[in-house]
Order: sequence, then structure tokens, then C-alpha cells
Amino acid sequence: MSTDAAIMLRRNFKHTLRNPVTLFNAVLMPIIMMLLFVYVFGDAFNVGGGDYINYATPGMLMLAIVYGLSATAVAVSTDMTKGIINRFKVMDVSRSAVLSGHVVSTMVRTTLALVAVIGVAFLLGFNPSGSLLDWLAAGGVLLLVVFAVSWLTVAFGLAAKTPESAGFSTVPLIMLPFFSSAIVPADKMGAGIRDFAHYQPFTSMIESIRGFLSGAPNTGQTLAAIGWSLAIALVGYIWAQSKFNTQA
Amino acid sequence: MSGRPRIVAAMTHSAIITSGLKKAYTDTVVLDGIDLDVPTGTVFSLLGPNGAGKTTTVNVLTTLLRMDGGTARVAGYDLATETKEVRSSIGVTGQFASVDELLSGRENVQLMVDLHHVKGREDKDVVERLLRRFELEDSADKPSSTYSGGMRRKLDLAMTLVGRPQIIFLDEPTTGLDPRSRRTMWNIVRELVADGMTIFLTTQDLDEADQLADKIAVLDHGRLVAEGTPEQLKRQIPGGHVQLRFPAAAQLGAAARVLPGSTPDEESLSLRVPSDGGVRSLRNLLEQLDEYAIDVEEFTVQMPDLDDVFLALTGDSSSPAESEMEVISK
Repeated sequence: MSTDAAIMLRRNFKHTLRNPVTLFNAVLMPIIMMLLFVYVFGDAFNVGGGDYINYATPGMLMLAIVYGLSATAVAVSTDMTKGIINRFKVMDVSRSAVLSGHVVSTMVRTTLALVAVIGVAFLLGFNPSGSLLDWLAAGGVLLLVVFAVSWLTVAFGLAAKTPESAGFSTVPLIMLPFFSSAIVPADKMGAGIRDFAHYQPFTSMIESIRGFLSGAPNTGQTLAAIGWSLAIALVGYIWAQSKFNTQA
Repeated sequence: MSGRPRIVAAMTHSAIITSGLKKAYTDTVVLDGIDLDVPTGTVFSLLGPNGAGKTTTVNVLTTLLRMDGGTARVAGYDLATETKEVRSSIGVTGQFASVDELLSGRENVQLMVDLHHVKGREDKDVVERLLRRFELEDSADKPSSTYSGGMRRKLDLAMTLVGRPQIIFLDEPTTGLDPRSRRTMWNIVRELVADGMTIFLTTQDLDEADQLADKIAVLDHGRLVAEGTPEQLKRQIPGGHVQLRFPAAAQLGAAARVLPGSTPDEESLSLRVPSDGGVRSLRNLLEQLDEYAIDVEEFTVQMPDLDDVFLALTGDSSSPAESEMEVISK
């Protein structure tokens, strides 16, 4: 199994090298968004004490995660509609290799984007107070979130009829962090949105990371973030496997 | 296809044998009890129009879809319980060449070599040998997205052959190809059979089945409506015919009386006369018309095509005259 998955992963990396726009897009767009929100609008946000960059960075990391997903959905859907997946299925390649190859390459690409966003955050004056242990914990939560949404996106890609609609199917995921505490605290939002923002998964994930990076870990939100991630990963995994096995 | 060496021992068992194969989706029956027997080392062609169930048959026999009823053995293995063994014995080239467009031709073949876990020295040889065999060496390092339709099919087939399959499924291998690439593909199929492989080919094209197949089965609405060698099948088809067009109804009527078995069409002033298309029978026909001094405006000879086959075999048991009228009205 592991060898097949490694072959699939190598194939996906070759795709990324052949089509570097995907990587640029995944790394550059989150940075542009960050510059926009922090540098251009930043002074207008009053998030209660401290520099806005310190508040915004965890949210920007979440935006970076979801932004890169459409490329994964398109890649999976292309494999499906062009018949490549059928070819692998008939060859008795390990059932999970094709899909886990996509998940792992998404995780690698997203990690690059996350590192780039953190780098730019420091250039903009990001001044976190978390310890090394806090950072490791934040990294763990981030990777778990990436893992979860990657499986969900693979399922989106398999369920889509065309690569175009697969790309579009990730738009709700990309929009969701905007209705969380990513940019401004949920308390400052309008009545209806406020409740939604309070309880949706991305708020837990962002608050968990925000806690670690500010040196004040939020156990409740972290547990919620882990719970949400495991649930999303499970739904994505089961959905993807069933689509993979039944579609021809 | 005469004179092809046949391995007698291999003929004693079937490469593919199915009985009562069924496949249905929630509300539609796609395959309604298919019985097939494909001898090892032969070309078997499943002939049928779009939507007849050809691709579904291939998908079921290649383990991509589960059958809902019946039994099947592929390469001697039970399709339902020995899926893994079936997969290691077959190769599939689908309706649309499934190559990785972002990879070069060489990388595509190499990917298959890696996945089949071909070891060491042998693997370099396999890639080069297949690229050479399918005349893809010159473009081997270009992305396969730049390949023509014919080259893609060849690359697809080269990738399929990496696994050394005993049985190859070709789902409409020449659909959308230009005539030249079509002939190349036909020659490749003949070579594969000469190497001892069994070919299961689906096509919409009678000519293709005729050229390649040892046995043809005609599929319509999920049922086999005819099966046999190309010769046996053609004997069931209404022969060719001559189409005559006349300047006026009077000549049409006269000709219809003179030529037995002919079918007149008043509207287009044309007459359809059964004929084998041979020079002798055509001369006879013209002499008869001359004898009665019947003016003919237009004269065309038509040999049977797929339309005739399907009408003859699948026409909803209407009388021959009626089904011929349908052809005329087209």
C-alpha cells in the first residue's frame, strides 16, 4: 500500500511542477489577502487591544488552508473524468493510494502556504507570545484541520460531474472562514450571523490556534476543533471511499 | 484474418464466459441476461448502437461495476469472488484514452511500470520497447496533452500492455479516429492476437467488427439479439440493394411490376430492388429495364450497413417489408 501511495504522491508532485500556477495560487493568494486585511483595512478594525496582526494571523492561516482546496477538487475530478482512476482501479492499485496521494500532496502544498503566511506575518509585525510547545500544538491542530478538509475536498472532487463544477464545489468551504472569528470577533457581527459564527467549526479551530499563539491555550475550543476535524475527516473519508468504489 | 495460427490447447477453455449477466440501475435494466463465450486467443466483438449496454458490459467484466445477477468467469477466475486475480489478468483501454495529460508519454508508461512493480533492469527495457513498438519514441518526452487522438490511443494501449494481460478489453478503440489511425489500430489488434492475447472489442462499426472479429455478438437494449461469425451474421442481414429513381409514377409502377421482390416508394418515385451488388446481376437488372423501355433517372447500388443489421436484427419484429420501408424513408 505504502509504495503505491508513494508512486501516486510522486505523480501529484510532478503535476504541481508542470503546473506551477497551482502552487503560486495556493501560496500567493493567502499572502495577498493578508496584506489586504492587515495592511489596507487593518487600522479600521477594532478587535480590542493589541495589534490587529496578532489577532488576524490565525484567521489568515485558516484562509490559506481553504483557499488551496479548489486545486485539489479539480485534480481529483480530472482524474475521475479522464478515466485515470478507472485505469488504476482495474490495475488493482491499492484502493486508498490514489486518494491518499491527493490528500498528502494537498497537505504538503498547504503547509508551504502556511509557512509563507507565517513568514509574512512576522514581517508585518506579528508578535506572538506562545512557547515552543504552544507552537507545536498549534501546528498539530493546523495539520489535523488540513487533513480533515482535504478528505472532504477529495469527496467533493469525486462527486462532481466535471472539473469545473468540482472547483466551484469548494467555494462554500472558502467562504466559511469569513463567517467565523477569522477577521473580526463573532461578537461584533450582526445578530443572525453572530450565532452561526460562534458555533461553526472554523471558529473553534481559529480560537484554538489563537489561544496557543498568544500563549493562553483555550482547552475547550481546542477539544471542539479536534472533534470537528475528526468528524469532517470521517465524513469526507467515508464519502470519498464510497464514491470511489461505486462510480465507474 | 485467415491463416492466423491457432493454439489448439488454448482453445479448449474460454477466456471469458458469462451466463445470465445482469446489471440494473434504480429504474433501468442495462444488461438483461447476457450469455457470452469468448475462446482464448480470439477476437470477440460486441456490436451495438449507443446506449445498448456495451460499455456497461465492459465495466462489469473488468470489475469496475458489480453485476446484479448471473455468473461470469474471466481468465478462468470467478468475477465475483476472485476480483484480484481477474484484475491481474486483464488490460482495459476505455472509450476515451485515459492517459495522464500532464505527464509525457514516457512518464505515463513508466507510471504503469512502477505500479506493476516491475523490477530493476527490466523496467527500462519495457518502457523503451513499448514506446518503440507504438512509434511514440519521437514524442516520448512531450506532454501527452499535445498528442493526436491516434497517438493517445496508442499510448493508452502501450500503458495497458505493461501488465502483460492475457485478455484486453478495447471499448470503441477507433471512435473519433481518422481512417489512417483506424487502420493502424486494426493492425495493432491483429498483432496482439498473433501474440496469443484474447481481445474483447466493442464497436458501433460493422466494418470494424467484420475486419477484426472471429465472433460477433449484437447487443441491443441490454440483450444479445444475434451471435456468430461475421459470415453467419451477414447472412442474416438483408442483402444490399439497388435504388432506382424514376421521372414519373408510370415508370415506377411499370418497373415494380417487372422486378419481383422490389419495394416502391410513391412519394420519392424510387424503387428498392434487392441485389448482391455483383456485375452480372446488375447487368441483368439493366437489361430488364431496357427490354421494357423504362426510363430511369438515377441508379445507386447500396451494400448493407449497420443500419440494415440493426433493423434486421432489432427491428421490433415488424415484417421485412416494413423495416425496409423504414430504410427508404430515411
